[in-house]
Amino acid sequence: MSAPAPAAPSATEALQPGAEVLLRALKDQGVDVIFGYPGGAVLPIYDAIFRQNAIRHILVRHEQAAVHAAEGYARSTGRVGVVLVTSGPGATNAVTGLVDALMDSIPVVCLTGQVPTHLIGNDAFQEADTTGITRPATKHNYLVKRPQDVARTVHEAFYVARSGRPGPVLIDLPKDILIGPAPYTPPSEAPHRSYRPQRDPDPASIARAVAMLKGARRPIVYAGGGVINAGPEAAAALADFVRHAGIPITNTLMGLGSFPASDPHFLGMLGMHGTVEANLAMHDCDVMLAVGARFDDRVTGRLDAFSPGSRKIHIDIDPSSLNKNVPVELAMVADAGRALAALNAAWRADETKQDRSALAAWWEKIEAWRATKCLAYNQAHGAGALIKPQYAIERLRELTAASGRDCFITTEVGQHQMWAAQFLHFDRPNHWMTSGGLGTMGYGLPAAMGVQIAHPDALVIDVAGEASILMNIQELGTLAQYRLPVKVFILNNEYMGMVRQWQELLHGGRYSESYTASLPDFVKLAEAFGAVGLRASRPDEVDRVIKEMIDVDKPVIVDVVVDQTENCFPMIPSGAAHNEMLLGPQDKQVEGPVSEEGMVLV
Amino acid sequence: MSGTSAIEKHTIAVLVDNEPGVLARVIGLFSGRGYNIESLTVAEVDAREALSRITVVTSGTRMIIEQIKAQLDRLVPVHKVRDLTDEGPYVSRELALIKVAGTGEHRVESLRIADVFRARVVDSTNESFTFEMTGSSDKLDAFIRLMEPLGLVDVCRTGAVAIARGAGGL
Repeated sequence: MSAPAPAAPSATEALQPGAEVLLRALKDQGVDVIFGYPGGAVLPIYDAIFRQNAIRHILVRHEQAAVHAAEGYARSTGRVGVVLVTSGPGATNAVTGLVDALMDSIPVVCLTGQVPTHLIGNDAFQEADTTGITRPATKHNYLVKRPQDVARTVHEAFYVARSGRPGPVLIDLPKDILIGPAPYTPPSEAPHRSYRPQRDPDPASIARAVAMLKGARRPIVYAGGGVINAGPEAAAALADFVRHAGIPITNTLMGLGSFPASDPHFLGMLGMHGTVEANLAMHDCDVMLAVGARFDDRVTGRLDAFSPGSRKIHIDIDPSSLNKNVPVELAMVADAGRALAALNAAWRADETKQDRSALAAWWEKIEAWRATKCLAYNQAHGAGALIKPQYAIERLRELTAASGRDCFITTEVGQHQMWAAQFLHFDRPNHWMTSGGLGTMGYGLPAAMGVQIAHPDALVIDVAGEASILMNIQELGTLAQYRLPVKVFILNNEYMGMVRQWQELLHGGRYSESYTASLPDFVKLAEAFGAVGLRASRPDEVDRVIKEMIDVDKPVIVDVVVDQTENCFPMIPSGAAHNEMLLGPQDKQVEGPVSEEGMVLV
Repeated sequence: MSGTSAIEKHTIAVLVDNEPGVLARVIGLFSGRGYNIESLTVAEVDAREALSRITVVTSGTRMIIEQIKAQLDRLVPVHKVRDLTDEGPYVSRELALIKVAGTGEHRVESLRIADVFRARVVDSTNESFTFEMTGSSDKLDAFIRLMEPLGLVDVCRTGAVAIARGAGGL
């Protein structure tokens, strides 16, 4: 395990306990906050934390929440989030968060305690094979067995977490290594011996992409979370490209905010609950530029019917994302930002003209699709009217925008998440945090904590459902302890809404176990945790509770009692193609489109 | 990318850091993503640099083979991934130990066939031979098939190791 020769510590430099060396390495990596939970195996680290002030520790109430908080921190800042948990159950509780970060490409470093090296394998108290369990749950993991490897491993872990396609990296730290003397080594400038992701695009591929896109009659850009991971410059380059070329653009769930939603080139989100204009434009396009997106099944629908007539260009930092689900004509391994910058430069240097009249005809078609107003809903306002969840989200959008505050949104998972994605408009990257790949209920509240820690003055809102929120509700304690004024905006329909929707549409309305009985009184629950609880049951109460929520400088739970029967549309039933969307309740009898093949899909 | 669904068999060489868990990462990748392993061999090949070489024989559609290589290449301790099947002629060899028990004509016949196949006797009793044989996997298959009616008791195979022909290295 020879590291590329970092300067050997001078003999005069005193050895320090491993835990001190660990903290010094974290400091050198620019870490200012750790989300964690103590336990026996990590006591030496907590002792070292106690004796310093450079790194702040946020005590969560469950290890899963520590990882989600670190994800929220990472996604809203572009930095690496850091987690510290103990051995055994501490590590196993963190696994869901790690897989979440893996699926959504979020850079996280997770430090886990481990029993002392001489006890490893002995079924010691709170022992688990953490590196074994987390091998498929992380981008990479380490078990540190020698004191001289502590600092080097930390530096390498940060490099791996943030380089290439970002992801979670775990370091398992046996207690004797934390207590025993260890040397410190600073971060090495030398390139990593084996992991060196390609970032610069191949110029010939860029030239081909320009030619394909300039020759397109019905082009589209399909941009995902990779653009956000590539940093704000990448989003700026994307906006520059789209506006200059006059091409329509759609975003994946993870890509929302990579292009301004208020720009007329934006067609909204695509995929299972995407807009009509986005999905039909994807289906009918002749040249597709996919950047930082991975052709996930929620986006493509039925693969053999996905954008059947198009020539496809795919830019991704991860070579394994290329040609994985959908074969493409031009595959390019590159950082999204660098590729888009190169594309802009090559586009301007190239004198070929676009077929502007074909493009105009394409836009005309798109505007006709847009005119169907696929997200429309009916909000009644009379006596006895129920709140439509879409209305609540739209009011949230309007009133947060009117507040002028820098607003970050997180979500849980389900119908409310899709409505948030459809109705909240993101004009900037890093302001939308959601669990896309893994679909982790319970993500939103701890993620919002992490965002609020990173942005203390911002307005941070977790758009939630009443079922999801209960999965990490204990974090209200963390909000109280650190006075984090996170707002939890619950669309309460007393059902696991998306489960109920699928049961209604695909399982004959047999609502098996999807009713959330015995719900707590969320207003009283808020009060029990020192937060403010508000409730809206009628449409005319929605504005008042949102305004009060924004104004109160405390954590707030808003319980919005919404129409229980509302479903999330448009919807591409599983196993169907983009042009087989269900547009609304009038289409709710799913008869033809859902094949048995489709039924087995999730 | 051709959308062909024909199943291809590929021999892939992978150079990795010789560190704990690296084999588990490679195997876990295959099992977790549902890829086939027909054979897999691993041993350290460079003690100074602590590098091991894995030879894996796998099968799948062209798209799956490309995925396997891309997935292997993004593992952090993986230095190089080479598809020997794609990259030109290569030599592939496997070693087997084959035990055959019997007396009389069967015993004589097994020895005669072993001679034809250039298998060596590495252990012998009055009722048995253990042969050592090196060759292509096909040749080993053929020999083992011939031993079956002659009292085949045990087979132990290493799986293929493979190297590109010519002067170039991995």
